[in-house]
Order: sequence, then structure tokens, then C-alpha cells
Amino acid sequence: MMENRQKEKVHEVRGPGGGAGKFAKPPKLKDPGKVVARLLSEVFRDYLPQLFIVGLLIVGSVLANVRGTLFLQTLIDDYITPMALSGKEADFGPLTGAILRMALIYLLGAACAFGYARTMVYVGQGALMGLRKRLFTHMERLPIRYFDTHSHGDIMSVYTNDVDALRQMISQALPSLLESMITIVSVLLGMFGMSIILTAVSIGMVVVMLLCTRILMGKSSAYFRKQQESLGAVNGYIEEMMSGQKVVKVFSHEEKSLARFKDLNEELCDAAFQANRFANIVMPVTAQLGNVSYVICAIIGGILTVHHIGSLTIGRLASFLTFNKNFNRPLGQISSQFNSIIMAMAGAERIFALLDEEPEKDEGYVMLVNAERQPDGTLRETSHRTGEWAWKHYHKDTDTTDYKPLLGKVTLDGVDFGYVEDKLVLHDIRLYAKPGQKIAFVGSTGAGKTTITNLLNRFYDIQDGKIRYDDININKIKKTDLRRSLGMVLQDTHLFTGSVRDNIRYGRLDATDEEVIEAAKRANADGFIRRLPEGYDTLLTGDGGSLSQGQRQLLSIARATVANPPVLVLDEATSSIDTMTEKIVQEGMDNLMRGRTTFVIAHRLSTIQNSDLIVVLHEGRILEKGNHEELMAIKGRYYQLYTGNQASGGEENG
Amino acid sequence: MISTLSKYVGEYKLPSVLSPLCMLGEVLMEMIVPLLMATIVDEGIQKGDMQVILRVGLMMLFCAIMGLTFGILSGHFAAKASAGFSKNVRYGMFEKIQAFSFANIDHFSTAGLITRLTTDVTNLQNAYQMILRMCIRSPFMLIIAMCMAFSINARISMIYLGAVFFLGLCIAWIVSHAMRYFKEVFRKYDELNASVQENVTGIRVVKAYVREDYEIGRFGKAAENIYRMFVRAENLVVLNMPLMQITVYSCILGISYLGAKLIVQDVLTTGELMSLLTYCMNILMSLMILSLIFVMLTMSSASAERISEVLKEEPTLKNPPEPCFDVADGGICFEDVSFRYHKSAERPVLSHIDLSIRSGETIGIIGGTGSAKSTLVSLISRLYDADEGRVLVGGKDVRSYDLKTLRDNVSVVLQKNVLFSGTILENLRWGDENASPEDCKRACRLACADEFIEKLPEGYEARVEQGAANFSGGQRQRLCIARALLKKPKILILDDSTSAVDTATDAKIRKAFAEELPETTKLIIAQRIASVMNADRILVMDDGTVGGIGTHEELLGSNRVYRQIYELQSGGNKDFDN
Repeated sequence: MMENRQKEKVHEVRGPGGGAGKFAKPPKLKDPGKVVARLLSEVFRDYLPQLFIVGLLIVGSVLANVRGTLFLQTLIDDYITPMALSGKEADFGPLTGAILRMALIYLLGAACAFGYARTMVYVGQGALMGLRKRLFTHMERLPIRYFDTHSHGDIMSVYTNDVDALRQMISQALPSLLESMITIVSVLLGMFGMSIILTAVSIGMVVVMLLCTRILMGKSSAYFRKQQESLGAVNGYIEEMMSGQKVVKVFSHEEKSLARFKDLNEELCDAAFQANRFANIVMPVTAQLGNVSYVICAIIGGILTVHHIGSLTIGRLASFLTFNKNFNRPLGQISSQFNSIIMAMAGAERIFALLDEEPEKDEGYVMLVNAERQPDGTLRETSHRTGEWAWKHYHKDTDTTDYKPLLGKVTLDGVDFGYVEDKLVLHDIRLYAKPGQKIAFVGSTGAGKTTITNLLNRFYDIQDGKIRYDDININKIKKTDLRRSLGMVLQDTHLFTGSVRDNIRYGRLDATDEEVIEAAKRANADGFIRRLPEGYDTLLTGDGGSLSQGQRQLLSIARATVANPPVLVLDEATSSIDTMTEKIVQEGMDNLMRGRTTFVIAHRLSTIQNSDLIVVLHEGRILEKGNHEELMAIKGRYYQLYTGNQASGGEENG
Repeated sequence: MISTLSKYVGEYKLPSVLSPLCMLGEVLMEMIVPLLMATIVDEGIQKGDMQVILRVGLMMLFCAIMGLTFGILSGHFAAKASAGFSKNVRYGMFEKIQAFSFANIDHFSTAGLITRLTTDVTNLQNAYQMILRMCIRSPFMLIIAMCMAFSINARISMIYLGAVFFLGLCIAWIVSHAMRYFKEVFRKYDELNASVQENVTGIRVVKAYVREDYEIGRFGKAAENIYRMFVRAENLVVLNMPLMQITVYSCILGISYLGAKLIVQDVLTTGELMSLLTYCMNILMSLMILSLIFVMLTMSSASAERISEVLKEEPTLKNPPEPCFDVADGGICFEDVSFRYHKSAERPVLSHIDLSIRSGETIGIIGGTGSAKSTLVSLISRLYDADEGRVLVGGKDVRSYDLKTLRDNVSVVLQKNVLFSGTILENLRWGDENASPEDCKRACRLACADEFIEKLPEGYEARVEQGAANFSGGQRQRLCIARALLKKPKILILDDSTSAVDTATDAKIRKAFAEELPETTKLIIAQRIASVMNADRILVMDDGTVGGIGTHEELLGSNRVYRQIYELQSGGNKDFDN
């Protein structure tokens, strides 16, 4: 069990059907303007000149297109009609010239289009790469608290869904949106030049079209929300049942599991049908209303031309009708891209929320350095590993630097701590670890054992009291150096994609192959590693999923061993290893850590029995302290746990 | 793949046919409009005939309205068909998975099955809808517009054939090359996300080893790599638009020039020229959309492939044709049994196991990590089938029993156990759906779960969250034992099921079993000697073989491995309550 209460909080927040959380997220925008401004000022900051050029090129491309439409008018009115009148001896010279000129304009237009599309590739992908790097860098700097209070699924979804939504918007929706808008404006100008009456009619039809889309979209989005909910329920159920599929089999519960699924699935089918129906209708409605607009303009334009009202000619009418089509098409395009833009905006909002998280603060200035003992007994800083370390302490007031040897003396003085402000999980912890001692924490789930180790390396900061490391307040030590001085083997093992060798070397990147193997031997992992298909080069994926929990634990011990830290913390590091192997591992670790301070958390007695100091924790308080013999002698809780002759099974307050 | 999936259209065949038919209607109506336009221009405007303008105008309006109706109907049917199709596929998969054996589940992995049931089905649903609508619309439009154009003037329309041929070739080249890059880039993209995932879940390790900068550096390289690949792929794709424009513009200019000539020769009318230009746009646009659809369909074909893998998978365990529905007693016998999880594995996990257990006996099983304790017991309830030899329960081969009968009589508490969201009572009734509250209470008393349940405000009605996150490890284990007891099995197997329960409670549970379930054969796998030392016999597993079997005293005398474990644990053989 996790001792970390925060993690459970996260589960509670996600509520029944747990997994549903990541599926059901109807987009809701708080302040779209602000999001756009931030996108421009942060994400596209380095690309503003390129964006400006893209804008110019789009204008060029659209202008060429508009000029082409106007050409239709010239073609009919200025060339074809008079030429038709002049019959067989018509001169094709001027027409050929006009067409060649037009070809040149078109070519320029196409070049513009190519130019801006190509630039957008670099802008879009470059901005995304920058964003990804920024997100990841920022995330790595966030405090552990952030990861404990946010579900991992939600954090991941920022990378997968949100950045992806932005990617799609940038590479697909944005260019077509820009083009559509510029087209609309320029076409509108062209239309005004042709006929004000017909333009008014076209605009009127567009208003009708927008109203219809709005109504349909409104209906559709209500059903979409229902579909998302339903999908969340189905996917949550799938997640739960698939995770427990083996239990389903063992209890022959297949039919029941299927029956409930059938109901949920039917509901989803219904919701999906409703939602998609409205979404599907939007396209034909805009397209056909566009046609209606076209037809009405054709009729009115025809009447106007016949009666010579205004200055409408056949050529102008033909051009106008083309404009009408060009005017309606981008509107349809905008409405079809609308959804993806909203999604991207909502995604951007979540991306910015992550970027706005306060990174881990570090005001420490005492540094950990490799040290070398001088003949006169003082310490000198060196760059190479000597197996000795010193704290480099710079005193600002006197502008002097002194070196203090790292001994591994750890004191906790009246430490109070709670993951949530007013809910303390540790009360008044007082503890004194002499250099070189092996200190064990025991106690039931939730007693606060893991929490203490979280405080030692400042994953969390204490609320009251002081923790001193070699008599230096740990707040004064640079966090990275503090952590480097503490080797940690955590309760949850985590391995990374890469070879076994890389995973062990994670403890110290410059370790040689020999050192890696040496560490594996000490952790008793060498044997099983050599039996893997490719030994130390075997590729581990999916958190080392192909290994047993025990093997993974051995690897994490090897990883800590290769780091060869001055102080070691083992948090249930051998819980899944059988007692025989554990004994061998433990002897190896004891040898390695001789003369160095070790903290051990374990619920197996054999693991901690030979500790110098055993601390019995209960509900966040220290109940008893002493070595095995002393604790047995006082016949307190340790004695009871040890002899097992008290029925306190109900004490687990998970 | 297609034949596997097409079966799941099922009762949605009608909408699946009607949707494209309506789409055909819509396209036809849309394509008539430019033709009518030509009539208005030639007969109405040029001749100044108001009657014609109004009559043909009304016809055009009628076409638009008919088009709208067809369009709405097509959208309606497509939504119905695609929602129904995905429902059927999802249900079909879920049903199939219920028939899967443990080996099948291992093959796909839980995460794999979840992705296939969720994301992949959604992709398939979208793809199906696209096939019904866009996939039909674009070719229809292409063909109809082409026909219309040819009916107006075959000579000019030859330009279209040339354009379609040219653009088609170019698009095909671009798409086929870009697809290769895209497939690669999306694979890398998944890898990138996987490494982010590792950093999120393993953040404590990253921070404990101060590897933030190292990870940032690695991520940066991967992100740059993805950038380069995306740029290369998209640079190809962006060729589409200027190509399209050049083709369209060339067509327009070509038609303008040729059209002007033909009009002068009085072969073509101005109105017809206008229609031809409209059809030009329609034809080339459909071609473009068709290429987009092709790309999207190729991408979702991976999902379809993954889904049909599940649908085609044959369960490796099947009920015998004439199953036996009665388990005589709780006797178990292994006859020269060997087993391996992967047929290709060099060494079997279990080799040549011979073992006989009397009904009602209590057997403790002990052995190091990886000595195949769990594997051994999983053969008894036929979670896996032995490769060689046979396993007998109640004197008969496990393969002759009805699976449900066998598993109701052989109750296993798995090492990795799961409770489901619902109330405690609902979870307990997985063991026996008709269990009375008294039955449930009794089972909980035997499993020592009653003490904490009764302390809960809602008692047996208390909610269990997904993964039972609101209960401690020890509490979960006891609930799982109670659930297994409710089956009233002839054989009860506990696979390291009390590891998180404190020693005192563990002893109480074992005592209750011995006193109240004397008839039941009990197999107890444990790490602690104390949990098994009072068993009738203890089985020591050693690297997939039986290392020894006997009573505690016998093994202490004769078995080296057992003695070692005992010495290690003696004196301090209890664990702290965790």
C-alpha cells in the first residue's frame, strides 16, 4: 500500500468509474482571447516574422484567385461576346495575350500558396517542438507534490491529446482558416464591385446559413456531451473489467460482465447516433443553402440583366456567381474546422495551466563535492571520485568557503508534516542517526514511514521543526546535491525503456561496464540477468513488464548500488524478493554500506532485525525507539508485533 | 480483415445501404444545378425571356431542396449505421474476450485489450462513417460531373481527363511517399509519449537520482528528431495545394481559350462555358478529397487490423464436447505434468510434476521467487492447460469437466487480485449470486474480514471504489478470500493471499479454515514458513520441480532448501503488520 495519502485523494476525485476521467472532457473555454494572445506571444514568439510573411503570401494567393474570377467577366464581356458577334474572322490575338497574362498571375498565386504552406510547416512544427521541449523541461522541474495530486493520466493527456489537438490545428485548421477569412474579405469586395443588390442577397443567405449552423451545432454539442459521458462510462467499465478479466474467468462471471456491458453499449450507441446525426447534417445544410443562395442570385441576376437594371452583364453575372460559390465555400470550411479549433484552444488552455504550475524552488547553496584529505587533515575539493565527500559551505557575510566532511549524521527535531495543510501525518518526530548507523522504521500502513523518507530528500518540505544533515539544515543544501547524497530504493520500482545495463547505469551515468556488473552481482541480480535472452543488453520496455516484481526490485537495488551513495534509503526494497535471496542481497548491501548511514523500511522482521536503531511509528508518532534487544525488553508494541501474540489485525487503517 | 469486420454490420445493413443511396441523390441534385444554370443563361438571359428564367430558377431551387433532403437523410442513416456498427464490433470483441483463456489474455495484455476496445473502436467508427459518406460522395461527384461535362461538349472535356490523369498521378506519388514518412513519424511519436509516461510515473526515481537534466536532454533529442521527420513528411504533403491550383488554373485557362473558339464557331454557348468551369472545380476537388480520405483510411486501417486480431483469435481453452458437470471430491493428482508459457521457451516452467493430494488435505506450498508455485496451482482450475501429462481433479482429467463447474469447485484467490466498483456485498456475491447476507457474513468471519467491515458506517453496503483503492492491502486480501469462500468450493487455493495480512490474523484465518472447512482441500502458497508449517503436508517447489514434500518435521530433517528457509525465518519469522 502507498503511504502517500495524496495518491488516494486523486482516485477519490476521479470518482466512480475512475478511468472515465480521461475520456469525458467536454471542451469549455474560459477566455479564448487570452489563450490566443499567449499562443502568439509564447508559442509563436520566435516565428512572428515568418507568420507575417505567411500572411503576405496568403494575401497574394487569394488575390490571384480573385483576379481569376474577375477574368471570367472580362473573358465573356470583352472577348467572347464581341468575338461571337464578329463571327469567323475574329482576332484571337488579344485573347491569347490576356490568357497568357492571366497564366502569369496564376503562376504567381500558386507560388505564393506553395511558399506559405511550406513556411507554415517549419513554423508549425518548430513551434510544436519548442512547446514540447518547454512542457517537458517545465514538468521535470515541478515538485513531487504536483505528480501526487494530479492523475498521471491527466498529465499524459496534455502531451498526447492536447499537444496533438494543437498540432492538428496548426498544420490543418489554421492555414485553411486564414485562407478562408482572407478569401471572404476579398471576395466580398469583388462582389460589391459587381452588384450591390446581389451582394446583399448573398450576405442575407449567409446570415441564414450561420443561424442554421448555430442551431444545429448547439443541438449537436448537447448530444456530444452526452456521448462523451456515455463513452466515459463504457470505457471506464472496459478498463475495470479488462483489468480484472482473470478474476472474471476464475469466478465464471463472464455472462454477467457481458450483460452489464450490453446495457452501457446500447446507451452509447444511442448517444453516438444522436450526436453524429446533427454533426452530419451540418455539412449538407451549409452546402445546399449555399446552392439556394446561388440559385436565388442567378434568378435575380438574370432578371436584372434582362431588364438592364444596374450595370450587370452576363460576364459580370457569371463572375458574381463564381464569387458567390467562393464566398459560401470558406464559410462551410470555417464551420467544419470550428470544432477542431475549440478543441485545440481547450488543449492550449490545459497546456498553459501546466506551464503555469510553480516549479520546485531551491534556495539551498551548500554543495556536495568530492573531497580529498590533505596531509594536514583538512579537506580539499577534487573533481574525481574519491569515495569521500564534503559539504562546501559558502559564508556570505565573511566571504569564506569551508568544507565539512560528509558523515551521514541525520537529526530530525520536532518535525511536523502533513500533505494537506491542516491534516498532519507526522507529529513531533525526533530522531538522531549517528554516522554509519542502520536505522529501521517499522509500523503499520499509514504510520508515516515513507513520508519520513520523502522529507529527508525534500520531495516535500516540513511544516515545523528542523531536519539537519551533518548539522546543516537541509533547507540550506542544494536540492540536487542533497538528493545526490542519498541513494534511494523506492517502494514502487520504476525501470526505463532501454537495456538492463542502461537501467543500472541510471544510478551513475559514468559507471563503467565492470562497475555495472559489479553492482548487479552485489544486488544478486547478475544471475537472472545473464539468463535473459541478451544478458545485460536485453531491452526492457513498459516499465520492465517482462520481469517479475522481485527481479525489478533487484535491478533497482543494483541501480542504487552503482550510485554508491554516502547515505542509503531502502523503502520496502526487498518486499517481493524471497527470504533466501533477500539475505544474500542484504549481506552485499551491508558490506557496501559499512560505515555509512542506512535507512530501512520493511515489514519483514528479518530485514531490520540487525539495525542499530529501530523506530516504531504509529499514526504519525514515534512510539518506541531502540535496538532489537532493547525493544524486546520493554515488551511494548514492537514486542507484540514480534511475538505476534496480540490481535491487533484491525490496526491497518488503509 | 474486411470480411471479419463486415459481419458486424448486422442489423444495420439497411441504413448502411440507404446512406450512400441518399448521398447519390444529393450529388445528382447538386450536379444538375450548373446544367440548369446554362439553360438560364442561354435561353433566359441572352434571349431576355423572363418565363424561362423563373421556370428554370424554380427547378434549380427544387433541386437544392431535394439535395438538402437527401443530404439530411444520408447524414441520418450514416450516423445510425456507424454508431450501430461500432456498437456491434465493441460488443463482439467484449463477448469474444469473455471466452478468452488466460493464455489469450496474456497474449494481448490487458492494456492492449483496453486500447482495442476504446480508441481503436472509435477510430473504426469514424472510418466507417467516412466510407459511407465521403468515400461515396467524391467518386460519385467525380463521375457525374465528368458525364455532365462530356454531355455538354466532349472535345473540351478531354481537358478534364488529362487533368484528372495528371493530378491523380501526382497525388498518388505524394501520398504513397508521405504515408511512409507518416507511419514512421507516428511510431516515433508513440515512443516519445511512452518516454514521457515513464518520466511521469517514475518521477521519484528521476528526482531521487537528480536526472532531470539528463532526461530533458534525451527528450530534446527525441523531439528534434520528430520535428525533422514531421517536416520531411509535411513538406511533401504541402505540394498538394500548389499542384491542385496549377491544375485548376490550367484547366480554367485552357477551357477559356478553347471555349472562346467554340463559341465563336457557334458550337458552344456562353452558359455552357460557365457550367463547364463549375464542373471543373467539382471534378478536381473530389479528386483532392478522395486522396485525403485515402490517407485517413490507411491510418485507421491499423486500428481495424488490431480489432480483427481480437475477433479472429481462437480461445486456447475450450469446453469439452461432452462435459462432466459433477466434481466427485477434492482430490488432486498431477501425472508427469510439464508446462511452458511460450512454446518457444527453452526450458519448461514446470517439468515432470508427479503429485497426489487427498480430498480434504491441507497442503502448504513454499519456494523461492520464480519456482513456479503459482503456475502449478493455476493448472488445477484449468487456467492453463498442461503441455504434457495430465491433471486430475476428483479422479477425472480437468479437461473433461465443464469449465464453469470446474472453476466453481476449485476456487482460486489469485496473487494479483481485483475487487470491482460496487458495494462490498456485490463484490462478495461474485462468489455466489444467491448468497444470503448470513452466508456472506459467515464467509467474512472465516476470512477475518467481518471485524473491519462492521466498523464501516455502511457495513456490508459500503462502496468499493475501482481497484478498491479505499481499502488497505490486507483488507482487500481478506475480502478476496471471503469472496472465494462463498463458492463453497471443494478445493480452495490461496496464492500468497495473506501476504499483507498481519501474522496474528493470518493464523486466525488458517485456524478457522481448519475447523470449519474440514472437507475442503486447501492449497496455501506462502512466503512465510509460519503460514504453512501446520499444514498436513508441505510442498517445496524448486525451480519448476518438486523439491520435497512432507510434514514440517520431515522436511526439516530431509530437505536442505526447506531447512535453510526455516533457519532464515526462525526467531524472526513474523512480519510486521503492513
